[in-house]
Amino acid sequence: MPYEKGNHKSLNITGAYALQIETNILLFEIALTLYFLSTITGVIEIFRSKKGASKAAIYLAALGFIFHTGNIFVRYVQGGHIPVTNMHEAASFFSWCMIILFFFHEFRYRLGLLSSFIMPIVFLIMFSSAIFPREINEFLSPALQSYWFGVHVILAFLGDAAFAMAGGIGVMYLLQERYVKSKHLGGLFQKLPSLQVLDEINYHLITLGFPLLTLAMITGVIWANSAWGTYWRWDPKEVWSLITWLIYALVLHLRLTVGWRGKKAAILSIVGFMVVIFAFFGVSLILKTKHVFP
Amino acid sequence: MNIIVVGLNHNKASVEVREKFAFDSEKLPNALKHLKESKISAENVILSTCNRVEMYASVKNLDTDVEKIIHFLSDFHNVPQQALDDSLVIYQGPEAVRHIFRVASGLDSVVLGEPQILGQLKDAYGISLQHKSTSTLLNRLMKKTFSVAKRTRTETGIGKGAVNISFAAVELAKKIFEDLSGKSFMLMGAGEMAELAARHLIGNGVEDVTITNRTLARAEELAQEFGGKVIPFENFMEELLHLDIAICSTGAPNYILRKEQLHTIMKERKQKPMFIFDISVPRNIDPEINDLDNVYLYDVDDLKDVADANAEERGREADKAEKIVEAEVQSFLKWQNSLVATPTIVAIREKAEEIRKEELDKTLRKLGPLEEDKIKAIEYLSSSIMNKLIHPPTAALKSVEEDREIMIDMANRLFKLETEENNGKKK
Repeated sequence: MPYEKGNHKSLNITGAYALQIETNILLFEIALTLYFLSTITGVIEIFRSKKGASKAAIYLAALGFIFHTGNIFVRYVQGGHIPVTNMHEAASFFSWCMIILFFFHEFRYRLGLLSSFIMPIVFLIMFSSAIFPREINEFLSPALQSYWFGVHVILAFLGDAAFAMAGGIGVMYLLQERYVKSKHLGGLFQKLPSLQVLDEINYHLITLGFPLLTLAMITGVIWANSAWGTYWRWDPKEVWSLITWLIYALVLHLRLTVGWRGKKAAILSIVGFMVVIFAFFGVSLILKTKHVFP
Repeated sequence: MNIIVVGLNHNKASVEVREKFAFDSEKLPNALKHLKESKISAENVILSTCNRVEMYASVKNLDTDVEKIIHFLSDFHNVPQQALDDSLVIYQGPEAVRHIFRVASGLDSVVLGEPQILGQLKDAYGISLQHKSTSTLLNRLMKKTFSVAKRTRTETGIGKGAVNISFAAVELAKKIFEDLSGKSFMLMGAGEMAELAARHLIGNGVEDVTITNRTLARAEELAQEFGGKVIPFENFMEELLHLDIAICSTGAPNYILRKEQLHTIMKERKQKPMFIFDISVPRNIDPEINDLDNVYLYDVDDLKDVADANAEERGREADKAEKIVEAEVQSFLKWQNSLVATPTIVAIREKAEEIRKEELDKTLRKLGPLEEDKIKAIEYLSSSIMNKLIHPPTAALKSVEEDREIMIDMANRLFKLETEENNGKKK
């Protein structure tokens, strides 16, 4: 066989590259499947009369989280930056942050049915990530090669994850409140946590998410200035971040001044979550934004 | 040995009969001692509660020994036996085991699934243990009984959901406030049910107790009992500004708290949640108050509905518990059955071992001095022949075939065994 040095080498590189892509996609698919199974188990738990399935939902989620972390790690090593530079990566990172918060609350408070209400949200965000193209950006635009980039995105994603959790807890609160008010204490009444606990955790999550969002916006503004020379450009992403910030500022303000807690706080946290989701997906897909992750 | 249950319980015996035959903590040890010394029954556990007086025993002869226990009951309490005639329940064999499992699971209780009975049975067994009144059979039965009771409680909902009003109120309060410790509470008025609910709340950790009543003397009395403070009845509105739970039972002819009034109060207390339990008939609290955010108002009928729904649910769960009990009865009977063959199996083994040792000694003596490993080889040969020979018959005896009784009898004759009491059967 004739010796062709050039050809041989290039083939080799393509092969290795293809293999790496396979690895991170495989990890992603396994994680997605496990989250799906965890969601199904969690939903079954709602309709079961006995206890027991919620543990399975948690184990499946934990297993999924390990593969998910592997996926993020592989992409980090390959891309050389936190993998949040396209919609696929961003949504995946969002659900990763959320599941960390979920585990924290699960082990700290052991809330009944938490997995049944949170895992579907985690799965749906993860599933939306699966829809988007999965290429790895190996060459970042100069604007992204900044110290502020990492700080900004981690703060923003953790904040969004806290708001998403608060939304899920808000749904649980509204359900439990309906049982207590209607005086029909069947269904999920026994399994759901008490109103006070749900309300307190909802509040804690918002007091966690709000400063994170505030800091994310501050770092974002500083970064924008260092990258483009202007602090604020009224980009749709910026506008919707501001709207999100104002909503949660209002939630906290109303709670502290006139006692908007319980049902009203739960409804507001669900509305807030919807705005977060729109700001996250909608703005990037429907409105044209210059915001750089996609 | 046979397990029997002889006793009186709420299903058939009136309280007048039950109290005549009750064993208090002084009588109980004497009764156990008497049963043991007079050899009426080999093993005894006596469960005596306000709803039942039941004797769980293992006896040799079903017909005569049951009669003896009934005699004992009437003699011990000095009550003529006729008093027992229509009220006594007697179970034996599978029925006895099933009854004991059902009692421990709360399936035979007046309030389905109530948990106290299990504790009472554990205590009764404890006393029997103390006086060495039990042995293999009842020890195993009691151990199994406690595990069955645990299974039925954890695997079904027979014990879940409060089935009386004051417990339902506490359960509800816990679903609103999670932890009742440190919560403040006001009792408005008095009355049996209100006081009972108050007692349950305090038992669950409610600390800051306020009492108000139109007649101050009664309020003072209750305040002493509950360790609370008394306020004049006219001032109860002020108290509403900070309390978490209120029980209202004033006997006023009309509403003493209206929606608009509480609406203002809720604003002032920044919507801190409040649970109000209106026991009064006619109601004292405007029912529309339940429409206010963060206020949860329940009246007697609401809580009665909750308790009834829970009782119904327990009834449905009881079917599942009965299935568990049935499966456990079968598994216990299987174990008990396997006991029947044990003496025969032991006897076969002992006899075979005896023959083996004898023959081995003879042979070794004839052979004279041998090396250690050769002796070992011969020993091994003898025991493996023995084991292979006795394995099929012992395995057949252990199995649960219908003709086992015959097999045991045959084995005794084939091997010329003299087992102790010949497996409970007279020759």
